Amino acid sequence: MTAQAPAPRRRRSLAGRLLRDPQAVAAASVLLIIVVLGLIGPLLTSHGPNEASLDSINADPGTPGYLLGGDRSGQDILARLLASINTSVVSALIGTSIALLVGVSAGLVGGYYDRIRGGAEWLFSLIMTFPGLLLLIVLLPLTKGDFKVTMVIFGVLLSPGVYRLTRNLVVGVKNELFVDAARVSGLSDPRILRRHVLFAVRGPVIIATAFLAGASIGVQSGLSFLGVGPATTPSFGAMIAGGFAELYTEPLQFVWPSLMLGMMTASLVLFGNALRDALEGATRKPVKIKPVRPEPRTTGDAPAGLLVVEDLAIAYPTPSGELREVVSGVSLSLDAGETLGLVGESGSGKTQTAFAILRVLPAEAVVTRGSIRLDGREILGLKEKDMRALRGRSIAYVPQEPMSNLDPSFTVGDQLVEGLRAAKGLSRKEARAQALALLERVGIAEPERTFRCYPHQISGGMAQRVLIAGAVASRPVLLIADEPTTALDVTVQAEILDLLRDLQKELGMALLLVTHNFGVVADICDRISVMREGQIVETGTALEVFREPAHPYTRMLLDCVLDENTVRTDPPPASVPAHAEEEQR
Amino acid sequence: MTSLLEVNDLRLSYPGKGFRARPAEILHGVSLTVAEGETLGVVGESGSGKTTIGRALLGLAEPSSGSIRFDGRDITHVGAKERRRLARDIQVIFQDPYTSLNPSLTIGDILTEPLIAQGTPAAAARTRVADLLERVGLPEDAAQRLPREFSGGQRQRVAIARALAPEPRLIVCDEPVSALDLSTQTRVLDLLIDIQRRTGVAYLFISHDLAVVRHISHRVAVLYRGDLVETGPAGPVTTAPEHPYTQKLVLASPVADPVEQERRRTERRKLASNAH
Repeated sequence: MTAQAPAPRRRRSLAGRLLRDPQAVAAASVLLIIVVLGLIGPLLTSHGPNEASLDSINADPGTPGYLLGGDRSGQDILARLLASINTSVVSALIGTSIALLVGVSAGLVGGYYDRIRGGAEWLFSLIMTFPGLLLLIVLLPLTKGDFKVTMVIFGVLLSPGVYRLTRNLVVGVKNELFVDAARVSGLSDPRILRRHVLFAVRGPVIIATAFLAGASIGVQSGLSFLGVGPATTPSFGAMIAGGFAELYTEPLQFVWPSLMLGMMTASLVLFGNALRDALEGATRKPVKIKPVRPEPRTTGDAPAGLLVVEDLAIAYPTPSGELREVVSGVSLSLDAGETLGLVGESGSGKTQTAFAILRVLPAEAVVTRGSIRLDGREILGLKEKDMRALRGRSIAYVPQEPMSNLDPSFTVGDQLVEGLRAAKGLSRKEARAQALALLERVGIAEPERTFRCYPHQISGGMAQRVLIAGAVASRPVLLIADEPTTALDVTVQAEILDLLRDLQKELGMALLLVTHNFGVVADICDRISVMREGQIVETGTALEVFREPAHPYTRMLLDCVLDENTVRTDPPPASVPAHAEEEQR
Repeated sequence: MTSLLEVNDLRLSYPGKGFRARPAEILHGVSLTVAEGETLGVVGESGSGKTTIGRALLGLAEPSSGSIRFDGRDITHVGAKERRRLARDIQVIFQDPYTSLNPSLTIGDILTEPLIAQGTPAAAARTRVADLLERVGLPEDAAQRLPREFSGGQRQRVAIARALAPEPRLIVCDEPVSALDLSTQTRVLDLLIDIQRRTGVAYLFISHDLAVVRHISHRVAVLYRGDLVETGPAGPVTTAPEHPYTQKLVLASPVADPVEQERRRTERRKLASNAH
């Protein structure tokens, strides 16, 4: 039997996703019907759009040969209406394609080459200063009123928007590693632009296209409403203007073109929105599932300890509405002053477990069962207000990325003082004094100077010291550190681990250290729990686990650790023949 | 033993930020060599300039002075056309397998790209893809799939296959296993070593992790704030180094053994207090 590999979860193609969106289908169908009507117009009417007959001036709807009646010039309204569709479609095609052609190519080049960008920027800023509609009217002698030429100019006027959109996207994508990799692969710049950069920016540009088309149709109709251009060009604008004149006698003449114009632009906008949803993925709100309220434990056989986690399970809703467990039945306990290392590879659920203890899981996460008790008090059912008090005072947290956990717009000192005042209700002055003392305690050489620094002015190691200072400020009983040194250099890592160890001894707090690094665990942990696929496979003292790992998974992981003995000994392959030659001589 | 790559007194500055700011020099005269089929490990901490060395070799950063010679030829400031031709000989594996593969191209497209760029006919390139996938231990049907369907380790294998495609003589590996899990990391390192044994490709292996560098390198160069402080055979440099910075680095790297780690910790603290 051949094992059927699980079918890769393929995202549907763009067309497939659009077809499932009722808004897209409706808007596209309306557009399609209108365009087809325009194309087969001559077959539906017995008169040309410019054919006028004195007999049919303001003819009633339903007059033979004049289904919608005649206008004030004696022209067939239906024929003009259908011909106007073609004018609009051609306007939209010309306007958008010119805008895209100019805007996208300039945006690609201007975004990719820093040297060209200055000039391109200047040019498009200049275009933007032109008063659009006015310019089109002023240029009338030049365009001879031909709406096609007018739309070419309008396309150029639209292009700065497209340029800016593309340029921004390109600047964002051009420093991506895959573009560097393409360069190293020996691809020429035009090829990189076409294949890698254009691909990455196409989504927003496609969306913009739908709106550009709407704008082109609107402007063409607007101009002809004002009477710009020859009367022989059938256009919604001219028809609306004509209808206006007869508004009190023949109100319907005004309705038809307005309705058609409205339908076209509305469908374009709606289709554009549907495209955006399909391309950029409208985020569907996950189903809210109420978490279980664990029963308060009444029996006396509860395991003692500062932190006791029992049978904790965390699940996330899948798109199909079911729950998928990422943590299934984790139990652990931690005594005061003790350090427990929660070790596992990515996806093992170690961070989820830590977040559950802090109660900072994402909104869609569901704790399906279990209990988390701190000092005998159940955390899971706690009100958010009580939890907030607990988080500030009893449980503290040190994150993985120190830099992204400091607000770049406030100084380090401000952030520490704010935290201290919130947690302890100190005055500004007291909080400042304490913050300075804390900074000194965590080994920052010039506390006063660091206090005034913004986060970008200090190193990653310093930032982590600052966060540790903030975490231990309220003398918590439990400190949860999630990969606290992963983003740091090894020499800094050693110092941070030293600091954590000293602080722990000094404050007598328990430390839950989440990490994938066995070296860090060996350095600081008393006990270790090894996690795999949402379960703890082994718990023991550090020495036990390192020297006599019981579970095969732990053994496998420890075997993968590269230690002092794994020095490469084989000579470079190419040098082997060279040595052999030397020996022969 | 002739060297394949010879970097001599390489200096590189980035323009300073702000009006009339002075440029910041990242590399202050780095010299190193890589022999045919050899792995030179470059170890350094963040900001040491190790990634910049790799980018200069690949033509992604412009050196301000010094020379880079590849196979006896000066490639320090070659033009775009010549640089494209060099792609046949010098390739790269980046750190982050999530952003180094274009998310909208299939694995097959990603792998044929460097081949077609070198003028290989499309049909021949496609047959080569199957061979490349096999060499890095990926299933054959991977060619039709998109990068997001693969795990980090598998994606890094794709990146390795892409680097191998033109059969280069030197691959710049910029932290290729740092983003990977422990068990995946070892497997990818072993794959790289295995490929080197079979093809004789040379690696310039950039990493912050001494243990990783020790595992794959024949020789190791230690970089500290833009200067090479120590170069030598992997064993001695990574276990009993001479330069104080390297010593500090070795003692700071934690070992996965509580008893041994405690011994190191005391030693490191002793070294630190002596320094004061």
